[in-house]
Amino acid sequence: MWRELRDELKDRGFEVVTVALETRGWKEARRWIDAAQPEHPSLLDATHLLGELYGIVNVPTGVWIDEQGLLVRPPEPAFPGRPAFLDQPLPDTVNPRLRGVLTEARKLNMEGDRYAAALRDWVAQGADSPYALGPEEVARRLGERSPEACRAAAHFELAQNLEGEAAVVHFKEAHRLQPRNWAYKRQAWSLVDRTQAPNAIYPTGWLEEVRALGAEFYYPPLEFEPEQR
Amino acid sequence: MVTSAPLVPVAEFERQTGWELKPEGACRGSLCIPLPAPAGDQVDLRSVAGKLGMPLLHDAEAGLWAMGPAPGPVLEGAVAPDFTLPDWRGGDFRLASLRGRKVLILAWAPW
Repeated sequence: MWRELRDELKDRGFEVVTVALETRGWKEARRWIDAAQPEHPSLLDATHLLGELYGIVNVPTGVWIDEQGLLVRPPEPAFPGRPAFLDQPLPDTVNPRLRGVLTEARKLNMEGDRYAAALRDWVAQGADSPYALGPEEVARRLGERSPEACRAAAHFELAQNLEGEAAVVHFKEAHRLQPRNWAYKRQAWSLVDRTQAPNAIYPTGWLEEVRALGAEFYYPPLEFEPEQR
Repeated sequence: MVTSAPLVPVAEFERQTGWELKPEGACRGSLCIPLPAPAGDQVDLRSVAGKLGMPLLHDAEAGLWAMGPAPGPVLEGAVAPDFTLPDWRGGDFRLASLRGRKVLILAWAPW
């Protein structure tokens, strides 16, 4: 999905680094990467290190780093456009759960066109772009780790080192302590059932939790009010 | 960090937590938190985690310890934390190797 934008911008001092957060490792991530044949670095993060370092709690998430290695936009939802399949009519044969998931997915904040336009502006203008944030604003948006989030991180890391029921106990504790960390939830759910449907281990899945939350709150809206550094 | 014992090598502790253990305590930049001197080249998570505000879990059945980050700012300053991860073409890729260019890090997942 990022290929076109990367091809457009790569000769202007810009690079994309995609990072797959996947506890199961290459065997899961590889299928997608082999299909995309990316020319940019395409990395595997099998321990959710980026969650720990940058506070990433869902995907897709983008982070902008300038030529000096400074963050100029902290983690936020990042789509290169609106996925075309979302707006295709659904055939009658689609099963009810998938129909439900797609119905909710259509309501998510994606704002891909705005995001891509902002990225182009930054690549063209650098620090003069209103989308490149200064250090105080970056710090404000990054915010703080709560004591609960810190405990959740320890439980999630422990869970990734365990299997079966022993892991589930710690995944569930991470979910309880930091309920809005969708990376913790979706990773754990997918280890049990790829479709992330309710089951004997996890009584709710993606569809149930997104419906309960309200799909419009799943991805926070982009904070794009122009701000000068 | 996850370990099978609460005693971990000082170098490992420093690498994983970003704290440097000095005679005056655990230091990061100009901040030092007094700690009991480590016994030899090992540090006991049970005695340091609480003082550094880091949660320490023990799963006795699994025989594992896990120490989480300390509450507070996600990042100190705006410097993007560096990392090195395996690239799909083989070998490792280090973020800092792109210094001098603008970078979009795009976290995604198969799930």
